[in-house]
Amino acid sequence: MEIARNSLEKAVPPAKAPGAKSLRVIVETRQTNSVKKTVSESQTATHPCADMPTKILIQDMNFYYGTVQALKGVNMTVPANKVTAFIGPSGCGKSTLLRCLNRLNDLVDGTRVEGTILLDGENIYRPEVDATDLRTRVGMVFQKINPFPKTVWQNVAYGPQLQKIRKRTILDTIVEESLKGAGLWEEVKDRLHASALGLSGGQQQRLCIARALAVNPEVLLLDEPCSALDPISTGRIEELLHTLKERLTVVIVTHNMQQAARVSDLTGFFLLGELIEFDDTKKIFTNPNDSRTEDYVTGRFG
Amino acid sequence: MAFLKRFFASGSLFIWLSGGALACSLLLIGGLLTLIFINGMGYFWPKDLVQLTLKDGTMVLGEMVDTQRIPGTVSTEFPEGQTRIQLKVGNRDLYGLDFRWIDEESIAQRAWPHDVVAFERREWGNFYGWISEVWEGDARLAQSREEAWNAFYPLLEQTESIHEEIHYIERDVIGAINYEIERARLNLKELELKGENLSRDSAASLQQDIQTREAAYQQQTQRLVGLYEQLNRYRVTLIDVAGKEKSFPVGGIVKAWRPNQMSVWAKIWMYAANFWGVMTEEPREANTEGGIFPAIFGTVMMVLIMSVVVVPFGVLAAVYLKEYAKQGLLTRMIRIAVNNLAGVPSIVFGVFGLGFFVYAVGGSIDQLFFSASLPNPTFGTGGLLWASLTLALMTVPVVIVATEEGLSAVPREYREGSLGLGATKLESLIRVVLPCAMPGILTGLILAVSRATGEVAPLMLTGVVKLAPALPVDSLFPYVHLDRKFMHLGFHIYDVGFQSPNVEAAKPMVYVTTLILVLVVLLLNMTAIALRTRMRKRYAGSSV
Repeated sequence: MEIARNSLEKAVPPAKAPGAKSLRVIVETRQTNSVKKTVSESQTATHPCADMPTKILIQDMNFYYGTVQALKGVNMTVPANKVTAFIGPSGCGKSTLLRCLNRLNDLVDGTRVEGTILLDGENIYRPEVDATDLRTRVGMVFQKINPFPKTVWQNVAYGPQLQKIRKRTILDTIVEESLKGAGLWEEVKDRLHASALGLSGGQQQRLCIARALAVNPEVLLLDEPCSALDPISTGRIEELLHTLKERLTVVIVTHNMQQAARVSDLTGFFLLGELIEFDDTKKIFTNPNDSRTEDYVTGRFG
Repeated sequence: MAFLKRFFASGSLFIWLSGGALACSLLLIGGLLTLIFINGMGYFWPKDLVQLTLKDGTMVLGEMVDTQRIPGTVSTEFPEGQTRIQLKVGNRDLYGLDFRWIDEESIAQRAWPHDVVAFERREWGNFYGWISEVWEGDARLAQSREEAWNAFYPLLEQTESIHEEIHYIERDVIGAINYEIERARLNLKELELKGENLSRDSAASLQQDIQTREAAYQQQTQRLVGLYEQLNRYRVTLIDVAGKEKSFPVGGIVKAWRPNQMSVWAKIWMYAANFWGVMTEEPREANTEGGIFPAIFGTVMMVLIMSVVVVPFGVLAAVYLKEYAKQGLLTRMIRIAVNNLAGVPSIVFGVFGLGFFVYAVGGSIDQLFFSASLPNPTFGTGGLLWASLTLALMTVPVVIVATEEGLSAVPREYREGSLGLGATKLESLIRVVLPCAMPGILTGLILAVSRATGEVAPLMLTGVVKLAPALPVDSLFPYVHLDRKFMHLGFHIYDVGFQSPNVEAAKPMVYVTTLILVLVVLLLNMTAIALRTRMRKRYAGSSV
């Protein structure tokens, strides 16, 4: 626990300007309602959304980097057309779980997966599932903003071109729609053929979202998408997530609890590879079942 | 004491030490380049001719080349010691030596005669002196020196065009005829080898073909004989400073100039022309005179072929080693082996190239495809292709190492970003990773080119010759002749400087060739560096 506490202190960023107020509200709410829950009660927290249609069902996930176990028996249901947030201190396994959802961990040497992940009822870890096909259904946006060193147009058209779409008119349409979907069209429509590296950080990250949207995914995974962005760019991306969830299912990993509170419908709290609590975001931030969750969201871990 | 202590503690000593080391290296490199540059570029300048009258009454005429203090001559009379000067007196056919050392003490008088002429000849090196007479057959055209010069100069231009025609006939017309005859002869031989069932008609037509070409050859030879006669129609009588006369055909003279009455501009013009001549002409006189164009061409050609081979090979090997192979003991050992391969002496690669490429591969190719011309080897002897492949083998470790580093420098996010969009590993590699690693690959190419251009030892075993009869590229099918032997600047330096019969006369040529070799390396590298800079700009860091 000692280690976890130390890492937590580093992991929780100081409240940023737009979120500061809401955090204070949450903290005050928690302090007036300091009810301690037992650990066993959190087991029931894996089904907070029984009434919603399920998009992804995670069952008994164990994940190992060599001999180190990064995920321990995670069970979770990600509902369709909702924003689901994973929170927790650094090294708690939330990014690992996210990367399992599109099998990006397959490519890391020395890793091992146990358990199943069902996407629309089908196990994505069956050997006959083609990981590249899966990744077109489950798109991803990364923490490190990574537009390719190509033009804006080439970046967005990259995915469709991989799917052998060659017609310029079709590609042009896809590029425009994806950029509109990412709220970037107005800003870049005159510089589609300029280098993507010339855009600002926020624009680059929205370009990465547009690039992911261009392959028309059913699920969009975001791994701390705003960690390198200023509050204004962050705000724009958060707004974007609200509109996106009407089209697809969003899973977001974030270090920023205000962000989780603002954008997500459901929140899962991870600690040392375990899913401690998974529930309605409002409930997690106002009335969590687990004392560790409560300590984490109030900023005093332990 | 306290000061010293503080001095050491402050680290200033180390700064001075490292700065000094850098300065030393720069000084050495700068000195080397300056030496080559001065010695090389001086070669083209038309120097004045000085006429010395010695105390014993003999007269000497030539270019001043060097001045030297005579050891052990410091006396009260000469506190600085006596000096001697080196003159290039030319006229090798008269005196046997191009150069003479003359003690300054023995010189009675110096003069710079206005009308003295310097001749560059096709044989026997330079001649310094005057034209006394011009002859057409037995008829004397001019008598006085001035008159003779005026009569001679237009003749020189005329013979120049005859020389060009001769060159064209010998190289292109007769070359093509010989080539066709050889081909027909080989076809014929092939038919004979096949045995009984050869069609009589085709053999007869080939015979016919050979005969018509032989006739054409005879005709061209007749033409050549006529041209050579024309060359010898005009003769000049040259007279040197000591009054010795020498009759010489005008056709044997390449250039004539009167350095002592040339203006600076005229000299600059001639300087440029000389430089251009060396760059574009073929060598004469056992490579000590004329140009070095075939060597430049051979060097560049070899390096280009090497690059074309080494880059795909090195990149593919590095991609497998870095991206696909499971990292472990084996890959570590392979990396060590690759690095060590880069340190193997180049002559070892030469021996390998001779044994493997030339004898094994080339010999087999000859057996399979050129059996008609055996026992004369086609690919089974040193040639441009084998030399290039040997150098490619020698430089492939450099490309592998540089490419691996380039691949490591590509951020993981690019790969994952591409994979996350549904790209396969191969697609990611081709469309994202390799373009981003391009600057690293080009760095490898630059290093490989630098090393390959300067390499001589392995080439001597695999295809470089002192004088190649033909360029590896010409107008005859298949246009690029990879089996041909070729000339190379590095080998040219060695050959001219150390294997030529007249070392003293060849010295400037060594510097010129060295200078041009350095320039070629520089040019090739600059091209690659410019390319790399463009790539770097395009793929500059994506971070915000």
